[in-house]
Amino acid sequence: MRSTSAPNTSAARPESFQLKGGLFPMTLLELKTVDLSVLAAELRARVTESPAFFQHTPVVLGFEQLKEDPDALNLIQLRDLCQQLGLIPTAIKGGSSEQEQQAYALGLAALPKGKAKGATTVETAPPPTRERRTSATQPEAATPTTGTTQVIDTPIRSGQQIYVPGDLIILSSVSAGAEILADGNIHVYGALRGRALAGLQGDETARVFCQSQEAELIAIAGHYLVDEDLRSQHWKAATQAYCVGGKLIIAPLS
Amino acid sequence: MGKTTTSSSISSGLALRGHKTAVIDFDIGLRNLDLIMNVERRVVYDFVNVINGESTLKQALIKDKRTENLFILPASQTRDKDALTVEGVERVLKELAELGFEYIICDSPAGIEHGAFMALYFADEAVVVANPEVSSVRDSDRILGILQSKSRKAELGERVIEHLLITRYNPERAAKGEMLGVKDVEEILATKLLGVIPECETVLKASNQGTPVIYDAESKAGKAYGDAVDRLLGKEVEHRFLDPEHRGLFSRLFRRGV
Repeated sequence: MRSTSAPNTSAARPESFQLKGGLFPMTLLELKTVDLSVLAAELRARVTESPAFFQHTPVVLGFEQLKEDPDALNLIQLRDLCQQLGLIPTAIKGGSSEQEQQAYALGLAALPKGKAKGATTVETAPPPTRERRTSATQPEAATPTTGTTQVIDTPIRSGQQIYVPGDLIILSSVSAGAEILADGNIHVYGALRGRALAGLQGDETARVFCQSQEAELIAIAGHYLVDEDLRSQHWKAATQAYCVGGKLIIAPLS
Repeated sequence: MGKTTTSSSISSGLALRGHKTAVIDFDIGLRNLDLIMNVERRVVYDFVNVINGESTLKQALIKDKRTENLFILPASQTRDKDALTVEGVERVLKELAELGFEYIICDSPAGIEHGAFMALYFADEAVVVANPEVSSVRDSDRILGILQSKSRKAELGERVIEHLLITRYNPERAAKGEMLGVKDVEEILATKLLGVIPECETVLKASNQGTPVIYDAESKAGKAYGDAVDRLLGKEVEHRFLDPEHRGLFSRLFRRGV
């Protein structure tokens, strides 16, 4: 059975699956000590600060900044610690070859050393205000969106597709024929000429903001408007799109 | 659209300004560059021969007769695009760099298939040629996207430097709204404008004669290509031929006075 939830791209050739390259933001847990008791205390404190952010978050365990002998690290205990705190260890990064073997045995992937593409060294820990339920005027989301915010400062070109399991902020334009998708809100500080789909997991409180509304399609939690409807509503104006009772509203900003 | 015309003029312009330049035709199976450069009859070995090790690079490079700094590596007419491999292309580019070439211009075929991908994969800088019409601008947008996601620079997390060149621009028709204006194209593509080549009968004439239009220093297109090469080399040159000409006698006298 083929899913028909969101407007989809071209159909896959094999019926049962489709292989695609994807770039997904991941949290890197860069270890600075092999002493798991110290780590456990500090990590627990951080997780309790903003539990929703860390709930079921896939993490990569980074060993590159360890000053001590990385082999002294007990990978099994580290994995168990992460799981207790609600994190999902997915891979290790920069481990020794023994650790890689151990990781494989635990069902973790091993990533090579070095800087990941576009990786930032800035700590991604969210401030507690990052919680989505701060707005009193909005009803609680059916599926609260958690996840990281991705900021892109280059134009999104025709034929490109960007998906973020959180909020997406684009500091440039989105070309006609491009598609941007986010589980959370979408902000476009340029012209939105392509397709924008917010609240992809069904969050009806997600919104789409743009400097110039020239979109081909705007969708929030599956409710969408296409070209003809969009052309008649604040075309080329700074707008926001939001959902009221299953209906999409395009309203001018300010 | 003007990719080969642009490759021939930009490579000639760089060579004329004293830079050792090579221009490679990536349009395997449909060679054009050697015709436009008037070296068709001097092709013995081609790009694919070099990649397959059937000839050395030096044997295949054709020295341009007009400038001493320019060499042409022609495409093969008897093979298809699949003859190009990433390793082969990389080896040829490396060898060219070792031979002291300062600029290597890769003339890309149309479309977004293998040949175009090979031409852009190793690029440090790219000149994207667009005509002032919606479909051409859309294609250029797509190519810019591929450039910044599939090239080696992109794989390394860096960016290829983009230049936008608008060709076949007719200021009168743009003013009447029959053609996209320079501002529109610039705005849609959100990238840096390298130059605007006006629509000019000398372009066709030059290509039929096998002389890159940049040699026609009297023509508007020749001048515009010259400006584009200067900008590529980092000079600040003001854009010209963007507005319709005023044909009144008074303005003509006035212009001559200035």
